[in-house]
This record gives sequence, C-alpha cells and structure tokens, in this order.
Amino acid sequence: MTTTAVSKRRIDMPAVLAWFVVAMVVVGLFSRIFQPDLGVMDIPRLAICLAILAIAGVRYELGFMRNWVGDLILGLVTAISAWLLVTTVSNHQGDAALGFWALTAATWAASWLFVERLAIWKTRSPLSTRIINLAIPALFGISILVLWEIIVTGAGVPKVLLPAPSEIGVRLATSVPILWADFQQTFMKAVLAGYAIGCGSAFVAAILVDRVPFLRRGLLPVGNLVSALPIIGVAPIMVMWFGFDWPSKAAVVVIMTFFPMLVNTVAGLAASDAMQRDLMRTYASNYWQTLFKLRLPMAMPFIFNALKINSTLALIGAIVAEFFGTPIVGMGFRISTEVGRMNVDMVWAEIAVAALAGSLFYGIIALIERAVTFWHPSVRG
Amino acid sequence: MTALASAKDTGMVETTISASPNRVIDIDNLSLTFQTNDGPVHALSDIDLKIDEGDFVSFIGPSGCGKTTLLRVIADLEQPTAGSITVNGVSPQEARLNRAYGYVFQAAALYPWRTIAKNVALPLEIMGLSRAEQKERIARNMELVNLAGFEKKYPWQLSGGMQQRASIARALAVEPDLLLMDEPFGALDEIVRDHLNEQLLQLWAKTNKTVVFVTHSIPEAVFLSSKIVVLCPRPGRIYDVIESNLPRERNLDIRESPEFLKIAHRVRDGLRAGHSYED
Repeated sequence: MTTTAVSKRRIDMPAVLAWFVVAMVVVGLFSRIFQPDLGVMDIPRLAICLAILAIAGVRYELGFMRNWVGDLILGLVTAISAWLLVTTVSNHQGDAALGFWALTAATWAASWLFVERLAIWKTRSPLSTRIINLAIPALFGISILVLWEIIVTGAGVPKVLLPAPSEIGVRLATSVPILWADFQQTFMKAVLAGYAIGCGSAFVAAILVDRVPFLRRGLLPVGNLVSALPIIGVAPIMVMWFGFDWPSKAAVVVIMTFFPMLVNTVAGLAASDAMQRDLMRTYASNYWQTLFKLRLPMAMPFIFNALKINSTLALIGAIVAEFFGTPIVGMGFRISTEVGRMNVDMVWAEIAVAALAGSLFYGIIALIERAVTFWHPSVRG
Repeated sequence: MTALASAKDTGMVETTISASPNRVIDIDNLSLTFQTNDGPVHALSDIDLKIDEGDFVSFIGPSGCGKTTLLRVIADLEQPTAGSITVNGVSPQEARLNRAYGYVFQAAALYPWRTIAKNVALPLEIMGLSRAEQKERIARNMELVNLAGFEKKYPWQLSGGMQQRASIARALAVEPDLLLMDEPFGALDEIVRDHLNEQLLQLWAKTNKTVVFVTHSIPEAVFLSSKIVVLCPRPGRIYDVIESNLPRERNLDIRESPEFLKIAHRVRDGLRAGHSYED
C-alpha cells in the first residue's frame, strides 16, 4: 500500500484542507470555547488531541510520514477529536462559542482530508479495494451524523426542531417493540401486499394491453388518469371502501405502483427489435413462445426499473395513507400522533426505520436485477 | 435480352449441373409494391427465378435493388403483391410453418441472456425437440462451424466473426431445406470474411443444402455461388442470371483464375449496365 501525491489539479485540495485544519486549530486554541468563560486549555486532553490533529493534517506539506501509516494516524486522531468534541459539548449544551466551532471545523476538514487520502490509496488486493470503497461512503455518513450531533447540542437547538442523533438513537433502542409492531403493520402488511398486487396486476395488464390493441388506446389513458390522482384524495376514499386496517393502505399502494409498472412493462415489451422478431417468425414461433423466449427477457431492464421506482413509492404511499384513519398501530399513525404530542425524537426514529426499510427493499430488488439482467450492457460493463 | 446476349459474348454455358434438378424455389412473375406516404415504391418487379436443390444462389446488386426484399419474400417475411412463389411446392407461409428455413441476418441477432449453446438451442426449443435431440444437434452444429468449446460463453464475450458463426450454427440446427443468408458477413473485416467464406463453402459441400445468399460484394458472390442473380434498382428486377462453371471444390486461390475473373467481369458489367440510366 502506498499513497501518491495528488497532481495535475488546479487547486491542491488536500493542501488547502491541511492548512485550514491548522488555522482552525490555532483559532480554537486561542479563543473561548464555551460560554461564559472556558478556554480550551481548561480541557487539556481536547487541546492536546487537536494540536496532534493539526500536525497530522499538515505533515504532508511539512514533508514527513508521507505514507499510509500517517494517513491512518490522521484518521485515528480525527476520530478521537470528534469523540472528545461530542462528549465535551454534551456537558455544555447551547454554550458553544467561537473556539468550539473552530475546532469542529478543524475536525470536519480533517475527516475530509482523510477521505481524500483514502480515495487515492492504491492497493493490489481486491479485498482491500472493496473495503476502501465501502469505507468512503460510510465515513461520509458518520461525519454527517457527528456534525449534526455537535451542532445541535452546541448551538442548543430546541429538541422539537431537530433532536440530536444520540437522542434519536436512544429512542430507537428503547422503543423497539413499538417500532417493530408499526413496521409489521405498515411494511410487512400494507406495503408488501400492495406492492405485490400493484406490480403483479400491472404486469398482467401490460401483457393484455400488448395483446389486445384496443386496450392500448382504452386502458393506458385510464392508467394515466389513475396515476395522476392525488394520494391525499384517494386515501380517505380507500379507507371508506376497505376499512381502517391495512387493506385500505395496500389499496393506496396498488394505485401508486400500478401505473409505473404498466408503462414500463408496455415499453419493455416493445423493446425487441425487428430482426429478433423476424428471427422468431422464421422459426414459426407462436405468440407465447416469442413472449417468453424473446420479449419478456428483453423487457426485464424496464420491468426492474419500475420495480425499483415502486419500492420507494410503495412505502411513501402506505405511510401517508395511514394519516387518514388507521388502527392505533403503523408507521404513518405513529408519526402523525407523535408530532401532535411533540415527541419529535419518536418521529425521527420512525423516519430512520422507514429510511432503512426503504433502502433495504430497494437494495434487494437491485440485487435481483443484477442477477436477472446480468447480460445487459449497463450491468455486465 | 441483354443477359442472354452477354452470355453468348463471354461464351458462358447456361446449363452446367447435369444431375436431375429438384426444384426448391419457383418464382413466377412476382412483384412487390410498398405503399408509402410518397406514393408506391416498386421494390420488386416481374421476378422470374427457379432455384434447384443443392444450388448456391447469390443475389447481388446495389443498395435498394430489392435483393433483401426478395429474400424476405422467400422467407415469408414480406408478402408479394402480384405473381406467385412456391417453396418446396407449397406457399412460403406453409414452408415457414414446416420450418423449411434457416435465416441468417446481417447481424448475428444472438440473445445476450443465453449462452452460445442455448442460442443454438433456441429454435430447437421452439420446435419442441427432446432434450437428447437438442443436445446432439447443438454439439454437431457447433462442431460444424468450429465453435466447439465455446458452448458456455455468452455472445458478448465472442468476436463478431464468432458471433456470426454461432448464428449460422443456429440456422443449421433447424436442419432446414433452405439456408437464407442476408449479407451475413457484411459487418466483418475482409480477412475474417474470406475465412468465413471458405468455411461456408466447406459447410455447403458437407451438408449439400440449398443456399440463397445476399451480398453486394462481387468477389464474394462469384467465389461462393453456383448461380449468380444480378439485380438492378428502380424498380427492383433481375438483370442477369449467371450459371457459374467453376468447380464446386474451391479455395481462395481460385479468385486469381481467368474463369473467375471472367464471371466477375460479367457481374460487374451487369451491375454497371443496370445502374447506368437515370442517375
């Protein structure tokens, strides 16, 4: 493993970042960090740690430890600094002053510098390349969470406006049974059922539209119309039709997912070219043989596009639909009631669960897509 | 008749094959007119053509002369607007439903989600052959086009020439009476094309199939064919039919021989004469 200097760039970003770290640390060391009157020298470990951080940051420019060991030390010191800032500020909520923000900026710039260095690491083994490729987005996400934590606590942002990630985390950990019940009600029942029915029926409809020409003119505009219906208007009607429990939410999801799937599948079925269809004709292939052996495989990239779009639409639809009448369980129900009770950390916990579930759902479908359309130029590349 | 006159000039003999010919394709007074927004386009006009079993017939002509259209009419991919055509004594549609055709297109048109072996198996699956029969035919035809060992590869992992060979294997696997080839080597470079031409001749000798081959390359047409049909455009019609007196066993060296050059010359004359009016 070696590191190479970034060259041929108009602005030498790592150098700018390194000197920015030094400048911010200097500002931090010589100004007040907490109200009413607390300097960084009153918290010696923070002062020492940030001094080391400045040196580790600027070592490249000063010309020593220009290797991956130095980079790792930089990463380690950055992590310790961030940890010290987070723990210190929790004792001085809302009291942060100029020096503290300077030190925060220094730590943030140092983490950016570390990722810059990481990105140009050259490794020979594919495993470590893979680890680095995973580490970069992970570090990015972690630094956003840390910044969020420090800013919200340091500036004393009211909890109702934006709770700190640690508070959301605590709420997540202590409310697992409620969150799990909500997840089951909304995701496992409404979303999955609605998604399966919506995508499945749209697929069958697309085949019919393709087979029966008058449906293309009749059904497609109706599908278009249905997709344009506002969910806010449809959801209460579905509650009246299908009752308070999850079937009405599933119905909303069906309405939301139907049209993207229909349009994409119809487009996909038309994707095979004339030569391929002529080929099937010379084999005297019948309609179903051509459908299964040529047109459906050809349509798969389109179909998976719709499945991916729908995976996120379905979750949004189910959560919003729960605002219009529901039993006392469900992610949308919890969000609407906890907002009313000013329990914003619970709302954020539900949002976190929804984001995680949505991303996983999308990820699973994207994985299946890779396996099914391995032959497509966009995948095999 | 310019065609007959020029045949006499060059001293070419019209009948060469003495074995009793079994008629495969009989085209009589056939015309095809496409109706377009700019008025009717006469793609084919008054085509008369007989093709016998075991013939290697090339259609040659400039772009727009209807050579591909004529091949597509034979394959029942286009419908003639006048005249008659029979294939094996029945209509092209019946012949198609009897799986009389192996069609090789300008591009390989292999399905990228199927391996080479699976691509060759495609028509066999449609025909509903047994697994064992499929396996046997795949192995035999992959061997025939020198692709043994590439069964598990995907089309996009092979070169253009190999892809086109795979598509020939796929056409042969049907065991058709007629192999129809529409500029199959048009997209390949000359070295690969020469090589595949030689292989195609060997294949023809081995299988004794009737081949109809569309090309716009004079050397390719003369090298491969037992009968060369020269077409000319606007309206698409037959200008000359040349029976080749070259031996069936040929290699690339034959292209230097005087007989070869004579035939090539007559083809070139035909193309030039058919093209010389209007523009």
